[in-house]
Amino acid sequence: MSQDFQRSLPGYSGGSASSWYARIHVDPILLLLITGVVLFGLVILSSAVDGNDALLDAQIRRMGMAYAALIIAAQLPPAIYLRWAPFLYVVGLVLLILVLLVGVKVKGSQRWIDIPGLFRFQPSELMKIAVPMAVAWYLQQRVLPPSFKHTMFSLLIIGVPAFLIGVEPDLGTSILVTGAGVAVLLLAGLSWRWIFGAFALIAAAAPLLWQFVLKDYQRQRILTLFDPESDPLGAGWNIIQSTTAIGSGGVFGKGLYQGSQSYLDFLPEARTDFIVAVVGEELGFVGVAFLLTLYLLIIARGLFLASQAGSTFGRLVAGALVMTFFIYLFVNIAMVSGILPVVGVPLPLVSYGGTSAITLMAGFGIIMSMRTHKAW
Amino acid sequence: MSVELSIKDPGREQELFVGRAITLFALVVILFAILVARMLTLQIVEHETYQLRADNNRTQIQTLAPSRGMIYDRNGRLLADNQTSFSLAIVAERVEDIESLLSAIVEILSLNTQQLERIREELAKRSRPDSAVVILEALSEKQVALLAVNRHRLPGIEVVSRLIRSYPMGAIAAHAVGSVRRLTKEDLATIEPVQYSGSQFIGKRGVEAFYEKSLHGKVGYQKVETDAYGRVRRVLDVQGAQSGQNLTLHLDSKLQAASVDALDGRRGAIVALDPTTGGVLAMVSQPSYDPNLFVSGMSSSQFSELSSSIYLPLFNRAVNGQYAPGSTFKPVVGLAGISSATTDWDETIEDKGWFKLPGQDRVYRDWSWTKDNSGGQGEVNLHRAIYRSSNVYFYDLASRMEVDSLLGFAGQFGFGRNLALDIPQASSGLLPTPEWKRNVKNQPWYPGDSVNLGIGQGDLLATPLQMATVAATIANRGRVVRPKMLLSSDDTIGEMNSVEEPPQIVGLSEEDWESMVDSMEDVVHRGDKGFRGNGTAWAYIGQKIGYRMAGKSGTAQVVEINQGEVYDEEALTEFRRKHAWFIAFAPVDNPTIAVAVLVENGGGGSSVAAPVARAVIDAHLFQEIASIR
Repeated sequence: MSQDFQRSLPGYSGGSASSWYARIHVDPILLLLITGVVLFGLVILSSAVDGNDALLDAQIRRMGMAYAALIIAAQLPPAIYLRWAPFLYVVGLVLLILVLLVGVKVKGSQRWIDIPGLFRFQPSELMKIAVPMAVAWYLQQRVLPPSFKHTMFSLLIIGVPAFLIGVEPDLGTSILVTGAGVAVLLLAGLSWRWIFGAFALIAAAAPLLWQFVLKDYQRQRILTLFDPESDPLGAGWNIIQSTTAIGSGGVFGKGLYQGSQSYLDFLPEARTDFIVAVVGEELGFVGVAFLLTLYLLIIARGLFLASQAGSTFGRLVAGALVMTFFIYLFVNIAMVSGILPVVGVPLPLVSYGGTSAITLMAGFGIIMSMRTHKAW
Repeated sequence: MSVELSIKDPGREQELFVGRAITLFALVVILFAILVARMLTLQIVEHETYQLRADNNRTQIQTLAPSRGMIYDRNGRLLADNQTSFSLAIVAERVEDIESLLSAIVEILSLNTQQLERIREELAKRSRPDSAVVILEALSEKQVALLAVNRHRLPGIEVVSRLIRSYPMGAIAAHAVGSVRRLTKEDLATIEPVQYSGSQFIGKRGVEAFYEKSLHGKVGYQKVETDAYGRVRRVLDVQGAQSGQNLTLHLDSKLQAASVDALDGRRGAIVALDPTTGGVLAMVSQPSYDPNLFVSGMSSSQFSELSSSIYLPLFNRAVNGQYAPGSTFKPVVGLAGISSATTDWDETIEDKGWFKLPGQDRVYRDWSWTKDNSGGQGEVNLHRAIYRSSNVYFYDLASRMEVDSLLGFAGQFGFGRNLALDIPQASSGLLPTPEWKRNVKNQPWYPGDSVNLGIGQGDLLATPLQMATVAATIANRGRVVRPKMLLSSDDTIGEMNSVEEPPQIVGLSEEDWESMVDSMEDVVHRGDKGFRGNGTAWAYIGQKIGYRMAGKSGTAQVVEINQGEVYDEEALTEFRRKHAWFIAFAPVDNPTIAVAVLVENGGGGSSVAAPVARAVIDAHLFQEIASIR
């Protein structure tokens, strides 16, 4: 009975550390849900790679690394994160500036720092974790809900890296970093009045943003959203083909490996940003609903774990990382299904590609760490 | 208040967090609901629309162009076939720097700026991304090799092959076989667009034009699954194209080539008929053009050279050149005289070298009349009038005949109409009747008109094809044949007119025909009898000849030179010279070939055209002998 009791309340910091997951600071429910998405993702990717099994192998290896990142991140106690949060943020900022100066340009965007012979990485990826941590670090020293002054300073912490990433240009990551930071503010109890006020302000400033901030190709993407047929071979092509793929899937889909849109290469970026269209085409509404359910459960579990964290810093960081995960999937699916403009955001844990998967999994490790380590 | 707030309260902060987390989660659920609603809309409500769109993406109906029927000569040699042609295509999306690619292509194939401009135009016509656009057609083997060697420098290019028309005999048989041309917008109005949806060419001249429907075949379809690059991945359903019919012509390509050689670069036309069937054994019009140029495309300077040359290489003199037949018309007039009983074979007249109508001053001269020698041909009957080509005899005969009777008789030989079965573009010449003269020239028929008609001058016009028909009719002793190109086809042909029984010319006995053939035989063979005793052509072709041949020369006055055309003095002099005619058939007793030769501005019929006719008949008969052995 006592065994059962312990198992039914896993990972409670106050409880016995006899279970394996408690010993390695992992939340089994969240891990199970994540694994569900990862497996689902690999199955769909096996279709999207269209016979190129080397890509599938690479993704499996990358997912192994991502799991390792999760486990490692979960082992580090929250105190370490708290201590290193400002340092991590400053290093991230320096790297972001470096990337603009000496970064490597890929497809017109300067996002990568190349250390020849060793590796290549995107500093902006680091900021997806460093920014919410820095904001949480800053706010946890202050009385919550945050005052106007502290809110403004938090926005500065968010805004500088978001701006640097935006000029690379990498609008997708910039949105995610901003979202992560703002999530901390929201979870910290930012006044609703200010929130609505800010919304009103942004709405009022929209025409100015359109005119002076957005680049031509970004404006084009937004226009295309409303009328993809206006440029069916150019900017509209992706949206026309992805909605066609999803819509043609119907309730049950065409069957795994049976999607004509992806197999015949009509669907662009089928294994990366647009992979949810493959889900929609081959597995239908049922497949998409299944994936969305898993995602929703991850968010629910994540927010629950966050609320159980032993410190304000832990709660804020964990909650913000969960919200980042949500922003990821929402922006991606909304863009592929044609309700948001095309922004380069992958489908979390499913899209082919490594960096974001590792960051996301490390993020889940941090969430687990915040929950499973003893309060300090 | 502010003092109270400045103290951190962990319990309250957690409550605050939980409240916010719940609120945010509610927001998350709402946004999820939006995604679900969007998916429901796409996948269930509008499913059919997108299903259709995906199918349209996936499947395409492609037309399968039928392969055009081949054209063979009577011995199975190819006159028109289909050959593989290579084109260069670009997939723009696979090219990183289109400008440097284009300059590389220009350098490798040494193209000029005009060609580069055309390439840019073709590239601008793309209809879907990632599709291959043909930018250059009819690549030479060397160009294909150059492209293959430089492949690594040219990412995104493809060399594609397809069938195009080819004419192995080139200019030699151009006017006989005709040619195809690229389909134009104007063509689309006259054809069934569906049938031609996969075709690029349409028969525009000659046999290619007349038998277009049979040669073209029937278009086929295939339903294919294509990828986004337009490449066919799978064929789902096929309804094959039906190839065009292969046609065999009466044409004898060796005789055709020998005929071209016989003209030796002079302007003119040759038509050789099989007198039994009316089949066209050779049809030459010089100068000619290379029909392959119309297929592979030619530069505008090449085209303007062809179309504006004063020597009219695109003009088919054999069927559209209309000339006064001159003395080659005399056998017809003579036979008309016999048929209408205006004369007989024994009646003679005195040819003093000139003729006058009663009560008129105008002198009609014989061709042999000169200031020193005004004696004419002396006493001539019809036989002698033919082999000596006495003008005076025929002036007299024609002046004594009812004009309607002469014209009616001549009409039976095909003057004034197109007897050919499958050469609809052939001109019908002109058989001038009193009614025609009244209507067109607003003048009455003068007795002088009959006199001129007697020697094939005046307003009378005939094509070489018509004169070859005259030769064949005499060869057949009065059985008229209708000229035709087609010898046989794989299957029944829709285009050919119903073949009526060829008419026999009425009013003449077999002896009459033999007498006329004898007279024409003497034109060639009667020799060694002095100037007034020899056949007109004997000196030129009648010696060292191994077979019997009947012929008639003609030297026709040039009817008119088009006003307003710019000729230099030299050309003008050239164009004013007389046309040389010769009609002939052989062997006399059992003719297998009937020929009409016209050399434009060539001069004397016997001296210039007769040797050409003999060369053609030699080629035909010796070939026949060779094939019998």
